[in-house]
Amino acid sequence: MNASLPPAMPPDSQLKRDMPLVPPDSIAGRALVVVIAIMTFLACLTAGGAILVAEASQGWRADVSRDVTIQIKPKPGDDVETLEAAAAGIAARAPGVADVHAYSKAESEKLLAPWLGEGLDLGQLPIPRLIVVHMQSGHREDLEPLRAALAAGAPGASLDDHRLWLSRLDTMADAVVVFAVALFALMILAMATAIGFATRGAMAGNREIIEVLHFVGAADSYIARQFQGHFLRLGFKGAAIGGAAAAAFFAVAALVLRWGGGSAGGEEIAALFGAFALGLPGYAAILAICLGIAGLTGFLSREIVFRQLRGML
Amino acid sequence: MSLLRFDNVGLRYGVGAEVVRDLNFDIAPQSFQFLTGPSGAGKTTMLRLMLLSLRPTRGTIRIFGEDAAKLDKDQITALRRRIGVVFQDFRLLDHLTTYENVALPLRVMGRDERGYRAEVVELLRWVGLGDRMYALPPVLSGGEKQRAAIARALIVRPELLLADEPTGNVDPSLARRLLRLFVELHKSGTAVVIATHDLTLMDQFGYARRLVVGEGQLKIFEGDPP
Repeated sequence: MNASLPPAMPPDSQLKRDMPLVPPDSIAGRALVVVIAIMTFLACLTAGGAILVAEASQGWRADVSRDVTIQIKPKPGDDVETLEAAAAGIAARAPGVADVHAYSKAESEKLLAPWLGEGLDLGQLPIPRLIVVHMQSGHREDLEPLRAALAAGAPGASLDDHRLWLSRLDTMADAVVVFAVALFALMILAMATAIGFATRGAMAGNREIIEVLHFVGAADSYIARQFQGHFLRLGFKGAAIGGAAAAAFFAVAALVLRWGGGSAGGEEIAALFGAFALGLPGYAAILAICLGIAGLTGFLSREIVFRQLRGML
Repeated sequence: MSLLRFDNVGLRYGVGAEVVRDLNFDIAPQSFQFLTGPSGAGKTTMLRLMLLSLRPTRGTIRIFGEDAAKLDKDQITALRRRIGVVFQDFRLLDHLTTYENVALPLRVMGRDERGYRAEVVELLRWVGLGDRMYALPPVLSGGEKQRAAIARALIVRPELLLADEPTGNVDPSLARRLLRLFVELHKSGTAVVIATHDLTLMDQFGYARRLVVGEGQLKIFEGDPP
């Protein structure tokens, strides 16, 4: 092996190509990038939707929880106007109350008009009157003195703190978030399965290369790195496409809702999702999901490769 | 101490009959031997057992003084770096150049490319592939592939070289030239095991020991004194 060396060594660029040991085109990369992009997009939509509903429900809860309602149910012979005025006076003097609005006869008729029609004389019917009491922030728990004062000073008046309605809102918002988390988990599971299939397929397609690498003294960790690097790149690519599409979707949806906010559909969406503005934490969540999915792709492929290599000598 | 020692080794696949049985032999350091026998007699199986890519169903294999049954994968990897192997079908990686294929064992050891470049280029020139180092295997001739595969096995200066029909795909004159490579390697201190059924070739190296496998069993014929 000591034959005389010709003086000229080949140039760097011709010898050092840094060619990966696992050929990139031997892995069904494009299909996997598409699957990861779609799954990332759906996962980001689910997470973003859950964040919007959770934030909007905080708003509903805050609004509803600051208001309590006094209902005046007149008995035969009672003067409902006097009872309402007495109850409104008691409410206005109660601690923690910011504002009191007693619905007048005309306002009550207006409220019932959609159901009972126009021009109805409510004097003929024992229709309860409503007083909306807007509490100062942080005084919601101070309702007992008001309840007691109403019982003493305005018989027939009952206080509704919307506890039942609030608990239903809580349940609904929690259900939406739990559903979103379950959907998110299913998507991650489906994606992990797709990554598993792709990794096993890539290993089967490169079995001969793996065998040669083993025989020339490559450790399992070295071989696994050859696959992991490749799958990590695919994961980043797919997650970046899916995440960018989801971010664009939320940005465009927020703009569309702002422009078409006056329409009936827009109002319904605004009621459920708020302003549909994801905000910085929401976009940060999308970025975190993308990074997580890319990392998961690399990690899963490495684990699968390791598991397969363990069975090979 | 022998590099490799088989004691009562047998191998069966599943519940079938033993493919090889009662194998008792050793490979001494700096020795030269042919492993021969008719096609299908178990030569490749024996080479795979020596390379620890098959586990025997009975018996003991000791390699570099270690009981192969007690080695974990990392230890097997470390031992394989002391063994060079030439496959019957070359097993070159088609997407890597001749240079990259020959440098593969050094690359997987994590050595820096600049550190081994001169060594690989020198070896490629030595095996007559100096002008084919940028070529991809699909455009190499059978003999060139064979020489590239041999160079890949030699690049780590192995203590033990296992070659499966290394002259099976070339004409007799190239076969003799290739075999001279193994002889040179043997002279530099490597133990060589060449699996072949080419009797003419073996007759040219009368001093080499012959391990003859037939019907799953092994007979050993010591070579003539040099």
